[in-house]
This record gives sequence, structure tokens and C-alpha cells, in this order.
Amino acid sequence: MNQPIRRLSMLVTLMFAAILASSTWIQVLGAQDINNADGNRRTQLENYARERGQILLSGQPIATSEPSSDDLQWQRVYTHPELYSHVTGYYSFTYGPGGGVEGAADGLLSGRDDKLFYDRITGTIAGRTPKGASLELTVRPKVQQAAEQALGDQRGAVVALDPRTGAILAMVSHPDYDPTGLVSHDPNVEKETWERLNSDPARPLVNRAIGGNLYPPGSVFKIVTAAAALEDGEWDPDSMLPGPANLDLPQTDVGLPNHGGQPCGPNDEVSLEIAVQNSCNTAFGWLGMELGGKKIRNQASKFGFGDDLQVPMDVAPSSVPTKLSPPQEAQVGIGQYDVRVTPLQVAMVSAAVANDGDVMRPYMIGSVLGSDLSTIEETKPEKLSEAMDAETSDQLTDMMELVVTNGTGTPAAVPGVSVAGKTGTAEHAPDAAPHAWFTGFAPADNPEVAVAVVVEDGGRAGSEAYGGSVAGPISSAVMKAALE
Amino acid sequence: MSRAITTITPARGRNIELLLTALALGVVVVAYANVTVAQDGEIPPDLLGHAGVLGLIALGVHLVLRWRASFADPIILPIVTLLNGIGLVMIHRLDLAAGNDFTSGLASRQILWTGLGVAIALLVLVTLRDHRTLRGLTYTSGLLALIFIAMPLTPLGHTVYGARIWIKLGSFTFQPAEVAKILLAIFFAGYLVQTRDMLALAGRKFMGISFPRARDLGPLLIACVAAALVLVLENDFGTTLLLFGLFVAMLYVATERISWIVLGLAFAAIGAVVAYQFASHIQTRILCWTDTFSQEGADQCGQLATGIMGMAAGGISGTGLGRGRPWMTPLPESDFIFTSLAEELGLIGVFAIIMLYALLIERGLRSAIGLRDGFGKLLATGLTFVLAIQIFVVIGGVTRVIPLTGLTLPFVAYGGSSLLTNWTLIAILLRISDHARRPEPEFDPASMDAPTQVVKTR
Repeated sequence: MNQPIRRLSMLVTLMFAAILASSTWIQVLGAQDINNADGNRRTQLENYARERGQILLSGQPIATSEPSSDDLQWQRVYTHPELYSHVTGYYSFTYGPGGGVEGAADGLLSGRDDKLFYDRITGTIAGRTPKGASLELTVRPKVQQAAEQALGDQRGAVVALDPRTGAILAMVSHPDYDPTGLVSHDPNVEKETWERLNSDPARPLVNRAIGGNLYPPGSVFKIVTAAAALEDGEWDPDSMLPGPANLDLPQTDVGLPNHGGQPCGPNDEVSLEIAVQNSCNTAFGWLGMELGGKKIRNQASKFGFGDDLQVPMDVAPSSVPTKLSPPQEAQVGIGQYDVRVTPLQVAMVSAAVANDGDVMRPYMIGSVLGSDLSTIEETKPEKLSEAMDAETSDQLTDMMELVVTNGTGTPAAVPGVSVAGKTGTAEHAPDAAPHAWFTGFAPADNPEVAVAVVVEDGGRAGSEAYGGSVAGPISSAVMKAALE
Repeated sequence: MSRAITTITPARGRNIELLLTALALGVVVVAYANVTVAQDGEIPPDLLGHAGVLGLIALGVHLVLRWRASFADPIILPIVTLLNGIGLVMIHRLDLAAGNDFTSGLASRQILWTGLGVAIALLVLVTLRDHRTLRGLTYTSGLLALIFIAMPLTPLGHTVYGARIWIKLGSFTFQPAEVAKILLAIFFAGYLVQTRDMLALAGRKFMGISFPRARDLGPLLIACVAAALVLVLENDFGTTLLLFGLFVAMLYVATERISWIVLGLAFAAIGAVVAYQFASHIQTRILCWTDTFSQEGADQCGQLATGIMGMAAGGISGTGLGRGRPWMTPLPESDFIFTSLAEELGLIGVFAIIMLYALLIERGLRSAIGLRDGFGKLLATGLTFVLAIQIFVVIGGVTRVIPLTGLTLPFVAYGGSSLLTNWTLIAILLRISDHARRPEPEFDPASMDAPTQVVKTR
């Protein structure tokens, strides 16, 4: 009987090999997937068990973790919850991290990111309790506050960039929200806050500066059209364009009218420079058809349209539609017909003009700090693309200066500083007041800040709104704060 | 001369056993201290007391082995001590997590059961001087096994988590099928050693496989079908699998015929398909096995999923005793104690535990090979293999090698019936191993000269 007993022991060996293999699979090879699986409470609790990194502005925390006596050992605290709600986001036990840096840089803040490998190893050897990395943001509190205050209770968004680096100096989206309820350790408070914010028709959780439904840019898009024209080589600032009161659109029986029904210049003609200054629709509609959709789209993509950007939050790509008929090309030329942008993208357009045509990759995390607050990584400014040559950017700068000195953008002026800009008044629905836009940069000769402002549905001014009058003063306040 | 060789006594290994048992106790005591340090930050004040109780239990077995089974395998007792101790530490650790102290929790009851189990084991070692005595109990065992298996269907029965596998007498609950596995092993061994030649040789061939005659197979089939039916009625598929595996393995060892495996697997396949058709309980188990993390699976198999998440959280080196969250899995101290241990001891701990079991199985099968009587060989194989299946079914169930069935991890999981049975099983195995390792009675050359008996052939 020994032979079958030996065979049986082989079978036992196989059985034991199987459970050794399955344990190895679960605990080593497949462990990462299981740990990251949705609803793995152990991972959630584990994340709460270690101190999450801080979010800092110039060394001052806007999000910290404080020891807590309940099951979740750390309570997330936001020092200016509403002012920075779209910057910080929230770190909710039930709903996970989201809404801003908390969600987009969770790996760093929780300490799980591979970049922190060395920090973790040294920490283990030194016997430090594991801690997440802290993040120093590029947002400047004064600029953020100015934007917040100037936008007030109006819906919309403000973005300010350093055009030389792409560093985001301010990012405000209204309405904002108080993330405190979402990070409560009381599940009922969490749930109630979550449901209230998600069912709010004003959609306060949407960061309008980089996402959401995207806006039609209206006339601020004329910077892109003008850049395309100048880069094309057939036009310069003095080129005369047709600027009638109403532009005939081929293939249709409607025309493209100027705002106010006036021609843009004598003999229905206008120079490119003056067309920018006064935001002449018919001239840019004509230019749109002359250039064609392809050239405008190419120019737009050089500014970053269509790119998937992370700042670190995902930025919805802005877009110019394809397959355009001539009337649609005319509308695209003035930023209508399904052109969709984020305020960040509009600020990048201004920043490119300000920065000799170079588009810098926008970013918000200035540096990553280890658990001992030593710098692990510093963000190096990076060129995203070259939108135009320096001469084109100089010409555009001059034209945009005219907008603020003599044109539609005078409310955006900053005393003692030369400001370059462009207004926009974007119609987006038949019965709704237009969105008011302003984008620009300052000082025009040595730019330090580029701004984009959008105020939804005309803001307080309602149907009387113009980009210059509603968005211009907000830009002015933001630039002033940035230049101080 | 050859005289010199025969006087050498083989190493009995009792001193090694004492040393290894002390080592096992040391590991358990350190683990126990580890738990309380991790939870309260201090060494438990009653550390020496608890260690002493365990030490006395282990020492008791050791001394009885010296007295009554001095050639018993010296590795078995240390392994079982270590496994039982690790289980106790984990149960105590889960008691603390649930807010119970030592006396109010499950650990003190587990110690009581351990003491009782060891007492019965000692009784077996003292009274059962030769395992062959059990052969006389072949049919008694078979009958008793059936009675035990059927017991939960009587008014004494008690249903827990959908399985009617308990009996309840006052506040005392017991799982009689646990005992049945030893009784059936005795029955199979006794019956098969009588009929193995008939089963192996007589019978007709069909499709190249020779099948036994019905009258040889009859009693076996009756026992098995009755057991299977009753267990299906009780919704206890883990035990069904266990006993069926035992049956097929022992038949194979007795007859040395692969045809038994084929036949057994065919029966098992038919049984599985039928059971799947009629029992929603089984359908759920299969769903959980294949789709543990799916939406549908998550609603019904949360236990399995959280257990696996616990194991994954442990990783290679584990969270450390007292530093994981094993309590998040339902039944962390009984059916899922393996994932609790895996979470806190990591893959390293899991390998250690599985290797301890593997060593235990190896010692059992080695004893079976070393024996000279067929009954003992079969019995040792059966008892060892039933342990092996149980370990495989439990660990394979919680790690998704096979569908989950509700069996307990021998010696480690919380549960009185399981501890009592397994300690008894170990006692019989120790007795058998003593026999297997004991040298032949001294050969007396003088007997060679005795007159040869005259056989009259008329």
C-alpha cells in the first residue's frame, strides 16, 4: 500500500502548492489592485491612519490634518474653506479625495506616490511615523482674495497666471463651497453636505476655471484669429479689412451684424489694429472665412486647445469645431459657433502673447515637501508650445494695449500700469444675458501677470452686460493685487 | 557480529520533542506579549500565568508520551502546540479589538476547550495501547458515524448561518460531523482492509476499468450515500466534500486502483451539478468564487471580499500583530481566522503556518508508510488525509482556489468541537506513529531451534 500513499502525498503537495500560490497572489502580486479596489475600507482607514500632507501657500497652510480622537485618526481642516475650495478640494472618508489638489495629488498627500519612495525608506530607517508629502502651491493669497472679492456673488471664474512660468497665481470659481462638511467624521453630515452640493442647480462643486460645461469665448477668441492672420503673413496690423455694419454670409440669407449695427470704419473698411481695439465682428467674421477653419484651429492648438493638461487637476480641453462651412468659419472667427474654452485656456492665450509667443505649461504645485518639510521636488517651468513668433506677439501686444487705452476694455485699466487686454461678450442662449469676458496681461512691456475673467449671464449687469464693463474691473483688481 | 547491530535502540526523540515544544511555547508567548504591547503599550501582567497554563498542557502531553508512547513522532506535538497557541493569540487579539478582556472573550473558552481536548487526547493515549484495537470497532464506528452525522436533523439540531450542523444541549453546542470524520476513517480502514482484495480483483471490466462487485461495495456505498444525503439536508457541503475525499482516498490506497479515483470524481461531478441545480446556497458560493468583487458579488460575498482585502493589506510582512484590522471581516476568529493571521503576519506568516501543516501531514503519512499492518496504514492515511483536505478546503476557500465552504482551520480556528476532534485525531496519530517507529521485538535466535510443528494433512 506504500505506493498509493506516496502518490497521495504528491496530491497533498499539489494542494498545498495551490494555497501557497493563491496566498502569494493575494498578498503580493495582486495586492495593489485589491488595495485600490473601490470600497476597500482598510485602505481608506489606512490613509486616515497616517498624517496627510499639508497644502501650503507661501508656507502658510490652507489644508492641514489635525489629530482626532475618533476612529479616523486625523481630521482634515481647511483654514479658508470657501476662498480655496476649488483649489484644495476635499478629502472625504465616504466620497474619497476630490475637487482639487486633494483629489489630483492624492498620491503625494497620502504618501503613496512613487516619488516619495526615498523619503519613505529614510523615514522607516529613522523611525518616523509615515506621513504624506506637503505641497507648496503657486497661488498667491492676495491675488486669490482680490479675485474672490471682485467676482463677489456673481457666477463665473477668474484665473491669473505668471506668463513667464505658467504658475497659477489665482484660481477662483463661483459659486464656491465649504469643504468642511465633506470632511466631517460624522457620516450623516458628510452625506447631507454631499447631497446638498450635488443637487444644487448652481453646481458649486464644478471648478468653472478648468472644467464644467465650458464657455463660448466670444470676442476674446479674436486674439487667436488675429494671431492666425498675422502668422499667416498676408496681413499686418495696418492691413485694411472689410468692416461693414452687416457681413453677408454665403449660403445663407442671414448676415453677421456688428454690435450696435454700425460699420467699423469709413467706407466699411477697418484696419486689423482698430478691428481688435473696437472688437469689430464683421472684420473678424470676414477674416475667419479668409483664413478658413483649418488655420484658425491650427493656431488655437498652438495655444493649447485640445491638450489634456493637469495643473494637477484635469483641465477640460478647449476646442474649435471641425468641418466648417463658410458661415460657420465666420462665426468661429469671432469665437462663436461651438468654440468652447476654459478660462484657464483663455488666460494661456494672453500669457502666450505676453511671453513672446511661448506658451508655458500651467501648474499649481510649486514644490513637493517631504515629511520634514525639506524639498523633494520643485516644479521647473516648462514650455508647452510656441504659439507665434516674437514679432507677432509684439504686434498683438500693441493692439491689445489699444483695447484698454482707447477701446472696449477701458474699465480694465490699472492706474500707472500699461495693460494689454481683450473683451468678450459671448451670447450663449437666445433668452439669456451674455457671458462677460476679459483677458489680458500687465505690465504690457514687461508682463508679470496674465488674467482671464468670465462672468456668467452678465453677472449683476444682466442683459446690459459687456465684457469690458463687467469683467474688466475684476481683471483690473486682480492685476493690481498681482503687481503690488 | 550482527549482535551489535540489533542492540542499537533507535532515537526516540523525546528530548527533541521537549526542546521543540518549549520553542513553540516561546513563540506563542512572544506573540501574546506582542499583541498586548501593540494594543496597550505594555507587557500583559498575567503573561506568565497564561504561558504557564499552556506550558502545563503541553508538558502533560509530553510526559504521557514519554510514559506510554515513547517512540511517538517527536515533531507532531510541537507543531500542534504552536498552531493551537497561534490560534489562541489571534482569538485573544480579536477579543481585545471587540472590547473584551481575556475572561469575557472567546480566548478563555478556547483555552478551556484546548484543555478538554488535551485531556481526551491523553485518555486515548493511556487507554488505547495498540491502534489495532480499533479494528474491532469497525462496524460500530460506521454506525456511530451515521448517527453523529444525522444528529442535527433530530430536534436537538440547531441552525447557524443556514447550515443545520449543530446540536444544542442547554447552552452547550457541538458539531457532531467533526467526530464523524474520525469514526468514518476507522470504519473505512477496518472495512477496506478486510475486503480490499475482493474490491481490487473480483469484478468485471467495463471500458477497460474493472469495477467491483456490488456485494463488496455495498456497505461502503450505503454509508457514503447516506452521509451525503444527510449532509445535503443539513446544507453542510464542506463536510460532504471532506468525507467524500476521505472515502475516495482510502479506497484508492486500499485497492491501489486508479479506477476508484475516476469513479469518485464522476460521482462528485454528478453530485456537484445536481447540488448546483437545486441549492441556491451553492449557486451563491459559486458566484462569490468567480465574481468576488463584482457588484452582485459584493452584496452577497462581502465576507470573502473583506477577508481578501485584509490579506492584501497585510502584504509580504504583514501589519504586525495587533496592528491590522482583521475584525472588519465577519467571523474573523473562526471561518476566517486564516485571513486574520495573513493580514497581521503577512505572507511570511502564512507560509510558516502552511509549512507547519505540511510538516504535520508529512509526519502522518510517513507513519502510515512505516507501519506494518494494513489497518494501521489505512487508518493513519485516512486521519492524515482528512486533515490535509480540511486545511486545503479552508485556506483554498478563503483564497479563492475553490468555492468557500464553512470549515474550520484545524487547531487554529475558534471552536470546541473542532479542537476536541482534532486533538483526539492527533492522539490516535501519535499512537500509530509510536507503533511505526518502535523497533521489532528483539529477535530471539533460540526460537529458531524450537521443533517445527507437524501439520497433519490426514
